[in-house]
Amino acid sequence: MHAVSISDLRKDFRRRNGRRLRRERVPALRDVSFTIERGECVAVLGQNGSGKSTLVRLLSTLLLADGGTARVFGHEISRDSRAVRRLVNRVSVEASFFKKMSSAENLAYAARFYGMTPAETGPRIPEILARVGFPAERRGEPMENLSRGMQQKVALARALLTSPVLLLLDEPTTGLDPRSRLEVRALVRDVRETHDATVLLCTHDLEEAEALADRIGILDGGRLVCLAPAEELKRRYGAATLEEVFFAATGRALEDDEEAAD
Amino acid sequence: MRAVGHVLRAELVGLAGVVERNTYLVRRYLWWELAFFLWTVANTLTIVFIAEGVEAAGGRIDVERTTAVLLIGAVMWAYLGMIFEILTETVSWERWEGTIEYTFMAPLSRAVHLGGMGLFAIAYGLVQSALLFAVVAFFFDLSLPGANFPAALVVLVLASVSFVGIGMMTSVLPLISPEKGTQLGFVAQGVLLVVSGVYYPVTVLPEWMQWLAAISPATYALDGVRDAILEGDGLEALGDELWPLAVIGAVSIPLGLAVFRVGERHAKRHGKLKRSG
Ligand SMILES: Nc1ncnc2c1ncn2[C@@H]1O[C@H](COP(=O)(O)OP(=O)(O)OP(=O)(O)O)[C@@H](O)[C@H]1O
Ligand SMILES: [Mg+2]
Repeated sequence: MHAVSISDLRKDFRRRNGRRLRRERVPALRDVSFTIERGECVAVLGQNGSGKSTLVRLLSTLLLADGGTARVFGHEISRDSRAVRRLVNRVSVEASFFKKMSSAENLAYAARFYGMTPAETGPRIPEILARVGFPAERRGEPMENLSRGMQQKVALARALLTSPVLLLLDEPTTGLDPRSRLEVRALVRDVRETHDATVLLCTHDLEEAEALADRIGILDGGRLVCLAPAEELKRRYGAATLEEVFFAATGRALEDDEEAAD
Repeated sequence: MRAVGHVLRAELVGLAGVVERNTYLVRRYLWWELAFFLWTVANTLTIVFIAEGVEAAGGRIDVERTTAVLLIGAVMWAYLGMIFEILTETVSWERWEGTIEYTFMAPLSRAVHLGGMGLFAIAYGLVQSALLFAVVAFFFDLSLPGANFPAALVVLVLASVSFVGIGMMTSVLPLISPEKGTQLGFVAQGVLLVVSGVYYPVTVLPEWMQWLAAISPATYALDGVRDAILEGDGLEALGDELWPLAVIGAVSIPLGLAVFRVGERHAKRHGKLKRSG
């Protein structure tokens, strides 16, 4: 069974265009199909607005698709969303917390929603905060006192706390200092090894993608233009670096768009 | 069987989590809560003074009784406001903090999630309302001989089931309109109370409003609480209020959940849950 299997997944958003009153549908994901093996790490790259976060939200059951299907360990995301939710957790760019509550409090109530009792979270929260490199003495401080990087670490801890088998990381290291980035990388590797977790990583950090992912996909205008190991992508696009691959993959699509517009 | 037990346990833990979180929040915002309570007391006083005002203007009324009638109406107004506000605000607040995506992607069922918010709202509202009642009754030196407070409490708790059901419907509004949805909750509160005879008997209302009064749980809540406190009615005598409340409650909770689900689906279809990123 695939950890994730997606076929022809489509998502449109309605957008009001300027002064025209009618809303038009703008595609955010167009017929995306791919699979992720259990234990694999797939990185998804793409320009701003290419649909990465939309993909992550669909898999976290926060959006309803407009077409196609997606399964997480065999469970269809819209029909069997409860089962999917039990398997998935997510870290997004913005670490969202109740800002007046402390990190320990935020983690505690979030874990309750996954059925974890105080007896379970009591020892587990300090453990997991230590693992993401969060200083123990700041556990009681309100979130609003913490720097962005610190908050991001707590967000990572929140996701790991529920032991997800599919971890969705949407730009988890944006805004982190170089050392913290490396720490997060090590952590993701560790989670994969110890929990046998599957990871979908959306990122703008090409080095991070190359370091962590078994395969790299590139979304462009909502289309998945490629998905393969980094080396193969380089070969395919005749590129020396992943950056060149990125420009080649997204640039060619741009020319296509221009042709289509003519 | 084991699996069912497991799910049930997880849901109960989740329910406790909702209450736990709201308790943290109240603790963190304690001074604001206190300021808000002062505002509620002031608001209630402005209403309850009307009884003495009418007498001073030459009206011939039973001041003590009218004061008590107004006080009960004002406390009910405040109580309903708290229930709706807590239910509506937990959603709008979460949307504002951005935590809503994490709450909505958790395996906790929506019924238990909203039920937990309802439970907290009732507990919190009852404590504040009792305090409000005591403070204002003391202020006016109301003696209320023979008042049956336990019976009044039973009426209020039973009515709260319906209030929570309606509150679920209003709490979906911030999902649809993040900016203005919360304010619409106040509309529901006002409309509900105006038809329910909050400071006057329902019989003074135009006929079409009396029809609405008949299906409003607040009508029976106000009637029942007034009978218990002013006439000292016990539960046997309050049947006329209790059974409509039970019926309306049994309808409004599933209805509230259904409305919320529709709103949630709408939000998920159109990407309204996210705040940014
Ligand atoms: N909730 C929403 N409502 C309307 N349009 C949306 C919504 N979410 C995403 N979109 C649109 O869908 C497209 C894809 O957005 P998405 O957030 O998935 O991009 P992204 O690849 O994550 O970009 P970034 O790198 O900037 O995070 C964009 O055109 C965006 O404007
Ligand atoms: Mg994004």
